[in-house]
Amino acid sequence: MAYDKYTTLTSTAVPLPIENVDTDQIIPARFLKATKRVGFGDNLFRDWRYNADDSLKEKFVLNNPIYSGKILVGGKNFGSGSSREHAAWSVYDYGFRCVVSSFFADIFKNNCLNVGVLPVQVSPGFAEQIFTAIYDDATIKLEINLEKQTITILSTGAQESFDINGYKKENMLNGFDDIDYLQNIKDDIETFATTRPF
Amino acid sequence: MSTTLFDKVWDSHVVRKVKDGPDVFFIDRHLIHEVTSPVAFVGLKSRGLSVLYPEKTFAVADHNTPTINQHLPVKDPLSANQLKTLEDNASEFGISHWGLGHQNNGIVHVVGPENGITLPGATIVCGDSHTSTHGAFGAIAFGIGTSEVEMVLTTQCIMQQKPKKMRININGNLLKGVTPKDVGLYIISQLTTSGATGYFVEYAGNVFENMTMEGRMTVCNLSIEMGARGGMIAPDNKTFEYIEGLAMTPKGADWDKAMKYWETLKTDADATFDKEFNFNAVDIEPMITYGTNPGMGIGISQNIPTADAVEGGKATYEKSLSYMGYEENEPMLGKKIDYVFVGSCTNGRIEDFRDFASIIKGKQKAKNVTVWLVPGSHVVESKIKEEGIIDILNDAGFILRQPGCSACLAMNDDKVPAGKYAISTSNRNFEGRQGPGSRTLLASPLVAAAAAISGVVTDPRTLI
Ligand code: SF4
Repeated sequence: MAYDKYTTLTSTAVPLPIENVDTDQIIPARFLKATKRVGFGDNLFRDWRYNADDSLKEKFVLNNPIYSGKILVGGKNFGSGSSREHAAWSVYDYGFRCVVSSFFADIFKNNCLNVGVLPVQVSPGFAEQIFTAIYDDATIKLEINLEKQTITILSTGAQESFDINGYKKENMLNGFDDIDYLQNIKDDIETFATTRPF
Repeated sequence: MSTTLFDKVWDSHVVRKVKDGPDVFFIDRHLIHEVTSPVAFVGLKSRGLSVLYPEKTFAVADHNTPTINQHLPVKDPLSANQLKTLEDNASEFGISHWGLGHQNNGIVHVVGPENGITLPGATIVCGDSHTSTHGAFGAIAFGIGTSEVEMVLTTQCIMQQKPKKMRININGNLLKGVTPKDVGLYIISQLTTSGATGYFVEYAGNVFENMTMEGRMTVCNLSIEMGARGGMIAPDNKTFEYIEGLAMTPKGADWDKAMKYWETLKTDADATFDKEFNFNAVDIEPMITYGTNPGMGIGISQNIPTADAVEGGKATYEKSLSYMGYEENEPMLGKKIDYVFVGSCTNGRIEDFRDFASIIKGKQKAKNVTVWLVPGSHVVESKIKEEGIIDILNDAGFILRQPGCSACLAMNDDKVPAGKYAISTSNRNFEGRQGPGSRTLLASPLVAAAAAISGVVTDPRTLI
C-alpha cells in the first residue's frame, strides 16, 4: 500500500507506558477476519478499550479525553508476538502516524514502515522524559522530524536523534514503497531466479 | 573466510544490496493462509500486478477452520468468506490450494515439512511469525507482514536488512520428562521475549543433534518468542532421511545434486557470531508459564518469582499476575486447570501425541477439564489412527478433533472462556490469546497430559 508522503509531524501524544505490548493486544485475533483493509482503527486495543458488553473501560488511556494526538508513546518491547500487519494498520487507521518506544519488536517495526507509521526508537531515559512531560501537561507537543531524524519535546526543548535506514527514509519522505522498488528491478530478479536449484 | 550456516544461506539469496538500505532477498518457497493474504491480493489487483512464480507459493487454510464436522459448511460467515477468498485468489492466480478437507490440509507449518516444501538451504516466508519452524531443516524461514506477502507474490523477493547472528549451544543429556518444548521455554525464560530481537539464531550442541526432526521444529518454532527473526539447525542425516522421497523433494539426479549442496550447510569451525549463549541440558526441568508472555516460564516444581527477581517493570509484572489471578511466590504445582489444548504448529505433530498418550495410557480424563486434542494435519491424524494412539485416547475418555490452528489463537469456535485456565502446548500465553479473558499456561504435551488426567498442574515425572 503506498501512503502519503511523510513530512515533519508535530502533535500531542498518547502515553501507554506498558512493557511488552504484543500484537494480540493491539488487535485481537478475532478481528482479523476481514478480507479488506477497513475499520481496523475501531478495534485497536479492543480488549483494553472495551468491556465484554462493549461498554468503555474508562481507565484505559484511549478512553481518556485528556490525551489525544497522532503519536503513541509505548513501553519497552512494543509490538512483540504475532506478525499480523493488521496491528500496524489499526495503529494507522486509528490516526497515529508515529509510535515512540525505547525498544520495538522486529516484525512490527518493519510492518509500520511498510504502512506509513514511523517507529521512533529512543533511549530509555528519553522515553521517561516524554512520559513525565505528558503526565505534567497533556497538551505538550512532540515534534518528529524525519528529514533530520530528530524527536523533540517542544515544551522542554529536549531532543534526541533516532535511526532509520536511508532507503526506508527516502521511501517514507516520498511516499514510495518496496513494491515500487522491486517492480523496477524485475529483470534482475528473473535472471537471478534461473540460478536457484529448487 | 569462515562463515556461518546462516551466512551461507542468506548470502546465496541476495539479488542485490541497496545502498544504505536492505538486501533484495530472494524467496524460494512462499506459504500463504487465509488471514494474512487477502489484503495482499487486493493490493496486487489494485496495482494491476500478477503473481510472478505461482508454483513457488502454496495456499493452506488453517487459522479459521473448525476442528469438528469439517465436511459441513463453515458456520461463521466471516471465516467462510476468508476461506473462500483464499480459494478464489489461489485459483485466479494458479496457486496450489490445500483447503478444508484436502488430504494435504493442516497447519501451514506442519504441512510444509510433510510435503517436502521445506528444504535445507531454502528461503521460506509466510505471513505468520511461526514460519521460524522450518529452520529445523537448515532453511532460513521467517514471518512477514501482508505488504511483504504482496511483494513476494509479485516479485518473489522482499527487502530485508540482514539480521545479526546468535548461536545458542546446549550440551549434555536432557533429564527424564524434559522435551524439546521445555528446552524452548527454558531458553526464552533465560533470554526474555526481547532477548534475541534483531538476531537470527543457530541452535547447536548435542541436545539439538540428538533431537528428532519434530523436536527441532518445536524449538525453531519458538525462536520468535524471544524476539528472534528465526532459528535454524544445521541439516544432517536425520534431516535428509526425513525429506527423502516426500512429494516435493528433488528426485534422482536432482536429489544427488542437492545433497552435494546440503552437505556444505554447516557453520565453519572458526566462524564467529555477534552473540553466543551456552546452557547445560541438566539445568532444564519440565517448564510451565505463569504469566502473560512466553518469557514468564519456570521449572514446574518452582514457585512464581517475586517482582524484584524479574527483569522489567514492576507495574507490568503485577498487571500480568493479576490477569492470571496468581500471586508472587506461590507454587505452580496443584493449580486448578479447566482446559487442556494439545496441538498447534509448536506441538501438533505425531511425536507430541505419542508423548501425550504415554502419560494418559490406562488412566481416565479428569472430570473438570475440557480437552481439545487437535492434530496439526491430516497426515498426523492418520498416523494417530495407524499407530493405535486413537484407542489409547478414546479408552481414557478423550476424543480427537480435526486439524487446524484451533485454540492456539481461537479464531474458530475453540475458545477458552473468560477467567478459565488452560494448559496449552501452543506458543503464546498473551492476554486473551485463547479467547477474551482466557488464562493460558504454556507447557509440553507431557505436562498437558498430566493435567488432563489430574485436573491440576502436575509434574509429569511422577507419572512416567
Ligand atoms: S498454530 Fe498458532 S502459531 Fe501456529 S500457525 Fe496456527 S495460529 Fe500461528
